Amino acid sequence: MSLVETMEIVLWAILGTIGVAVFGIFVGLLYKGIDRKLVAHMQARYGPPIRQPFWDMVKLFVKETVVPEHATPWLFNLAPIIALAASIATLLYLPIGGFQPILSGEGDLILVLYLLIIPSLAMVIGGFASGSPYATVGAQREMVLMMSYEFPLAITIITIAWQLKNTFADHPFSLATIFSQPVWGTVGIVGLLGFILLLLVLLLVTPGEISKMPFDAPEAETEIAGGLLVEYSGRNLGLFYLADAVKTVVMGSLIVAIFFPYNLSTILGIGGIMAPVVDVVFYFIKLLLVILFAVSLVRVAVARLKIDQIVYTYWIPLTLMSLIGLLLIMFDSTSLFHISLGW
Amino acid sequence: MVLPKSFKRSLWVFHINTGSCNGCDIEIIAALTPRYDVERFGIKLVGSPRHADVLLITGPVTRQMVEKVKTAYQQMPEPKAVIVVGNCGSTGHTFHTSYNLVGPVDTIIPVDVYVPGCPPRPEAIIDGVVKAWLKLETLEAKR
Repeated sequence: MSLVETMEIVLWAILGTIGVAVFGIFVGLLYKGIDRKLVAHMQARYGPPIRQPFWDMVKLFVKETVVPEHATPWLFNLAPIIALAASIATLLYLPIGGFQPILSGEGDLILVLYLLIIPSLAMVIGGFASGSPYATVGAQREMVLMMSYEFPLAITIITIAWQLKNTFADHPFSLATIFSQPVWGTVGIVGLLGFILLLLVLLLVTPGEISKMPFDAPEAETEIAGGLLVEYSGRNLGLFYLADAVKTVVMGSLIVAIFFPYNLSTILGIGGIMAPVVDVVFYFIKLLLVILFAVSLVRVAVARLKIDQIVYTYWIPLTLMSLIGLLLIMFDSTSLFHISLGW
Repeated sequence: MVLPKSFKRSLWVFHINTGSCNGCDIEIIAALTPRYDVERFGIKLVGSPRHADVLLITGPVTRQMVEKVKTAYQQMPEPKAVIVVGNCGSTGHTFHTSYNLVGPVDTIIPVDVYVPGCPPRPEAIIDGVVKAWLKLETLEAKR
């Protein structure tokens, strides 16, 4: 490869990263606003305007940033930056709209699985570095939460990769493969049931992953005063706020990429310049539906679970659900149980 | 320094009870309910003084709470405002001669807005929070 080509690739990656970062932050804050508005309407309130998260963010960046006396300053200030950077890095591996991911390789899904842990881990580190008992309790809860949701999430991802490996031998963990070959078309009716179970598991892992309502014990405002974030203020809190917004987009995009990778332009047969526009709009709608069902509806419908109940929920019912999904998909691949759907 | 417009549209409130009878606290909660819905103005109750722009104090200050109020006030990042909700915090009200009270809130920390009433109506509390923003703006202009 010549120097010019290498430069071109590097330049493309840098520009793409900046673009994805801006996109992720903007869309994340937008969906935060939509989420708050929807939740308010479900509770018979008017709710804040959709621009509210943008105002919140600007305000947080204007405010003074306090580093507490008992904190470890460099870790305390580093954690929010790592959280935001890791969230944006995850977004680089996910297909957005009709576009292929900016970075891709052979093991994208495994990498995404690990990158998803880093923002939570950064929050844990920041919590411990705060030197506040509330933040320590929150950090410990966050670690327990991570251990809980990781198991069903891993089973789900492995099952999908296994199914893709059966169908298309090369690059089973590549998101580009999953994106071009929707999983629904590769199975019969038994496998379809399995995939519906896996989709449900992934939708229920999402609020845990981004610490939202039933699984927000690490940040519980009413009992541990904001938990992990208790000592954070100003710019650092703003960065965590952004990381949370981007992570919502990441989880939504992951579900969209795995389960709903369809593009409207190919279905309707739209070509030319209009195709990417139609695809991006369709992607926004898919993302909105995923966030509506995984975050907003759940947030309104249920109250906060205790940390032991969270562990139970993830380890027993959800793990069982994902294992049943795995078994159904395995049965589906044998000729005895394979009932074709004819698509 | 001029505060951006965003500041006005996003005031996060930390509520501290310094020996109140819960009357004012319930009126604050009423301001959050669907009927008054302060969230539509971007006003939000937060769990930590570090996240807050406005300190909302209810109740006359009991001896036990003096240091805690001071700590909470010092923990808040600048720029900040303090609102006292209810007669007790403003003047001591019925309890002004009580032996275990240190006194109205303004003898301990600087107060920007007083919301009188026993308890004040939720409308008055919302108005107080809006006035606190005006106070913040003038403070910043003087600097």
